Amino acid sequence: MLKFITDEKNQRFIVPLVSVFLGFIAGAIIMMITGINPIEGYRALIKGVVGNPRRFGEWIVASTPLILSGLAIAFGLRTGVFNIGVEGQLIAGSFAAAAVGILIELPRFIHLPMVMLAAAIAGALWGLIPGFLKAKFKVHEVVVGIMLNYTALHLVNYAIKILPGSTNTKTVDIFESANLSSKFLSSITKHSRLHWGFIIAFLGALIFWYIIERTTFGYELRSVGFNPHASEYAGMKVERNIVYSMMISGAFAGLAGAMISVGTFNYARVIGGFEGYGLDGIAVALLGNNGGLGILISGFLFGALKAGSSAMALAKVPKEIAEIIMAFIVLFAAMNYGIKRLILYLRKEEK
Amino acid sequence: MEYIIEMLNIRKEFPGIVANDNITLQVKPGEIHALLGENGAGKSTLMSVLFGLYKPEAGEIRVRGKRVNITDPNVANALGIGMVHQHFKLVHNFTVTENIILGQEPTERGRINIKKAAKDIKKLSETYGLEVDPYAIIEDITVGMQQRVEILKMLYRNAEILIFDEPTAALTPQEIAELMEIMRRLVEEGKSIILITHKLKEIKEVADRCTIIRRGKYIDTVDVATTSEEKLASLMVGREVSFKVEKDKAKPRENVLRISDLVVRDSRGLKAVDGLNLEINAGEILGIAGVDGNGQTELLEAISGLRKVEEGKIELLGKDITNMHVRNRTETGIGHIPQDRHKHGLVLDFKLSENLILQTYYKEPYSKNGLLNDAAINEKAQELIDEFDVRSGQGINTMTRAMSGGNQQKAIIAREVDRSPALLIAGQPTRGLDVGAIEFIHKKLIEERDKGRAVLLVSLELDEIMNVSDRIAVIFEGKIVGIVEAEKATERQLGLMMAGSTHDKEEGDM
Amino acid sequence: MDFMQFISIIIPLMLTSAAPIISSSIGGLFSERSGVFNIGLEGLMMVGAFTAATVTVLVESSLGPISPWIGMLAGIITGGLFSVIHAYVSINLRADQVISGTAINLLGAGLTIYLCEIIFNQQRTVAFMNGIKKDDIPVLSDIPLLGNLLFKKVHITSYMIILIAILVWYIVYKTPFGLRLRAVGEHPGAADSMGINVYKMRYIGVILSGMFAGLGGGIMVLTQDIQYTYATIHGTGFIALAALIFGKWHPLGVVGAGIFFGFSQALGIIAYQIPFLAELPQEFFWAFPYVLTVIALVAFSGKSVGPRAAGKPYEKGER
Repeated sequence: MLKFITDEKNQRFIVPLVSVFLGFIAGAIIMMITGINPIEGYRALIKGVVGNPRRFGEWIVASTPLILSGLAIAFGLRTGVFNIGVEGQLIAGSFAAAAVGILIELPRFIHLPMVMLAAAIAGALWGLIPGFLKAKFKVHEVVVGIMLNYTALHLVNYAIKILPGSTNTKTVDIFESANLSSKFLSSITKHSRLHWGFIIAFLGALIFWYIIERTTFGYELRSVGFNPHASEYAGMKVERNIVYSMMISGAFAGLAGAMISVGTFNYARVIGGFEGYGLDGIAVALLGNNGGLGILISGFLFGALKAGSSAMALAKVPKEIAEIIMAFIVLFAAMNYGIKRLILYLRKEEK
Repeated sequence: MEYIIEMLNIRKEFPGIVANDNITLQVKPGEIHALLGENGAGKSTLMSVLFGLYKPEAGEIRVRGKRVNITDPNVANALGIGMVHQHFKLVHNFTVTENIILGQEPTERGRINIKKAAKDIKKLSETYGLEVDPYAIIEDITVGMQQRVEILKMLYRNAEILIFDEPTAALTPQEIAELMEIMRRLVEEGKSIILITHKLKEIKEVADRCTIIRRGKYIDTVDVATTSEEKLASLMVGREVSFKVEKDKAKPRENVLRISDLVVRDSRGLKAVDGLNLEINAGEILGIAGVDGNGQTELLEAISGLRKVEEGKIELLGKDITNMHVRNRTETGIGHIPQDRHKHGLVLDFKLSENLILQTYYKEPYSKNGLLNDAAINEKAQELIDEFDVRSGQGINTMTRAMSGGNQQKAIIAREVDRSPALLIAGQPTRGLDVGAIEFIHKKLIEERDKGRAVLLVSLELDEIMNVSDRIAVIFEGKIVGIVEAEKATERQLGLMMAGSTHDKEEGDM
Repeated sequence: MDFMQFISIIIPLMLTSAAPIISSSIGGLFSERSGVFNIGLEGLMMVGAFTAATVTVLVESSLGPISPWIGMLAGIITGGLFSVIHAYVSINLRADQVISGTAINLLGAGLTIYLCEIIFNQQRTVAFMNGIKKDDIPVLSDIPLLGNLLFKKVHITSYMIILIAILVWYIVYKTPFGLRLRAVGEHPGAADSMGINVYKMRYIGVILSGMFAGLGGGIMVLTQDIQYTYATIHGTGFIALAALIFGKWHPLGVVGAGIFFGFSQALGIIAYQIPFLAELPQEFFWAFPYVLTVIALVAFSGKSVGPRAAGKPYEKGER
């Protein structure tokens, strides 16, 4: 067992596993300090995820946008940009999807792809801004991204209110031809909100992997991400590639937004503050080692935390514990240097 | 007290290698003691041990006869040991005074007394002949003056033993002469000096005794006055080395590169290349000699397309490439071994195979319909590492970062030469490498010349330029101030030209 | 509403909005000057605000009007303590500082509401009675005209924080501590070779950032709110970050930037009273400071004025 942990080859998934483990331990400690039995808490969590078919459906629903926003963050990280603007791109995509779903009515086989395309384009355009500013003016994409998140939040809140029929809190329902919902999926999961979005998440992970690992374009993007100077030396158009990276990342974020508006809710909502999908995406990407498959797995893990936390509330555990555990997992994943040191130490002990 | 510093039987290991294996260094008070060794011989490690940055596995250190335990640089400083680092440790936007007093600021009721500090520094600089302006900002002053600031930092802390780590690397010939003068002055004032270098001439000029180490092992300590340069060289490398490169006479053919009235600005917007003219022909190696910072970097970047040309024209094989994109230039016929191999030459986090296709990845057979063709890529990579003897742990799948400098450089050369470019640009191709790798690279450059390519070699090591080139162009303040046949060139003549006196003037002087 | 009326309404509002921004921005200054990005200011402000509100609620029945000051002090302390996590992870463990800061934000948001549930059985703290009240500043408010505009019915915390900023300027630019702090943020290797403990300086920088962000959060909840909720801070930590860039990492620049952002927030609050601005949707005013920051970033681009080593972990013995 020890040998397995300390083996160099297994580090890629050992470090994330250790982070998750420590994250749950930290959550347990917080619960204990605040007078809650962590075993009860986690039991409620597990029940909350797989306790019955409806909960299972809600788990998938919660995971879908997380996977896509994880892919968005990871695409940036693999190609040298830290797209902290995923939150704003997601809000833009969510709105665009809803707007196309409300303003026009078409047969489903055209309408639904159009909705998805609109979300992806909106996200890509909102990602274009920090990408362009980074490429052209060397402005740090993190700061611009944060500023654009708030800009998107407020502007979209305004835009939602001026769509025909909107109230002060939400739009009207999206045309049936434009939403992802499925009576079939809902019925097999006892009236959960389960929709077809998870297929898009799976496809997204596949496309992600394919672009990054298999295509010449992906090779170029990775090269620019690792070393822009050498890439320029090799004749690549570095600035253009940075913009592409941000746009593709933004497109994934836009799709994540569509999952929420035309998947989960069926309308667009005015929100008072961020729902944190962008930050959660960082956690998902980090834990998934920025790879397609890893992100699918970690997306479902964090989805479980999110979906299960409401059930924890029934067991008198404040649902914010999920957020706390996620924060700790991010913290531990960020500490991978420390975890590697720990493993190195174990390896020495072994000898 | 016979020795002021004694490092006895020092051993320092890093995972996988023994950097210092039983090394002994004894420095007498008031002497200039050279520490000679090739790149990677373990000089820096030894000095880091003395300075408290590394803890040795075995051995002891004595200062003024007393055994000491140097746990960090503060302890070293307290013992009167100061280091003038090769890469200056100066805060770029602080003044000279602020840099010198940092950590030992004179205060008056909690506030730094900058006036008093500046006065003290002025006095100190006069005592040792180290002219500086206490109120100048570091980024505005010359490299030579920055080095004087580094020395003053140590003197301000009353250092008795000064370590100079490769101090001449970035200096002009005059500045080197001044530095030698300063070192003699310091010794006269009672200081002791350890001079780390791999340049034999400097040792001959200024040092009293010299300790030689090779591949982490102690070789010998000799009196400089009675030891010849050849002897020092063979002690350093471990075999007879001539440093003379075997080659036939060049058979230059048609023109390959023609540069006319070139003007290029550096990153700060100043004219680094200023009206430069140059021609290179097929079948010759043209070496560019010059002191660092006279426009070499900008010239190479302008030719390869990494930097914008302000004025003038660059023609390759008769084609105007002045404003061409990098890739089109590469395809027209440029191979480029960049000066900074980690910055420009390699993507260190790529596998070796991925780096070997960095210039051709988008072409068939490596890319087909927008997809990478692993089979073709791996085949090519294997072919190149076999041909150029690139050694690495896991062959073509090795992470490039994990490879040694010499093998990284071989990989770059393999990649660049393989395309048979009409013009091969080599920017400081042997910097930081050991003698074996240097010889290999020189041989390859000459082979390329003999195949009829034009080779442009830029190096800061004058010996390399003189040994490898067929013609030598001297660059000074962004202009070529003279071109000489390598066979007829003398070091004195080149040195004068590098310092700015043109060919004609020099003859006028005589 | 005539111009004078507008001025007399907007100035106190502006000063109130500016105080937390300036405070947290000063915090960011200490951290970044020492070479550590602190994107977690938002989370640290939440922690500070939550503690300040909670302590105020818990002590006010016995201590009365001084309780908000006790609360604020508690906010400073917990902000400082909380920032130790960021310091340890990014300094000792050399983690990516942006990711570590992100974790701090997540943790700050989650933990504060979690504790509200535990302590108050609801998603927010109980409302406090004793916030910090608007008051006339003695002596200064008697100055003709100016006294009326600037010093009547204002929060004293706004002037406190401006005075502190001036003190910070003195510390950063005139004392050995300041010189060392800046050296560590520009070139840690140089500082290290001069015997300065880089880790210690960075710890101090990060912890001070936590304390100032905690103070900012405390001021914010006690002057602008009646209780702590998930929306109390609503992005002010990020505005503080923007103010730091806007103010070019200089304490007095930060004051100017903070007041400017305070002005634009105040404008958003009272815009509906101003004839021609009232027609614009409020969301535009809320988005305004952020858009402005992006524009400023582009305008300043090329002149990188931030500490050179900020964001880069330092490894001892690195050469």
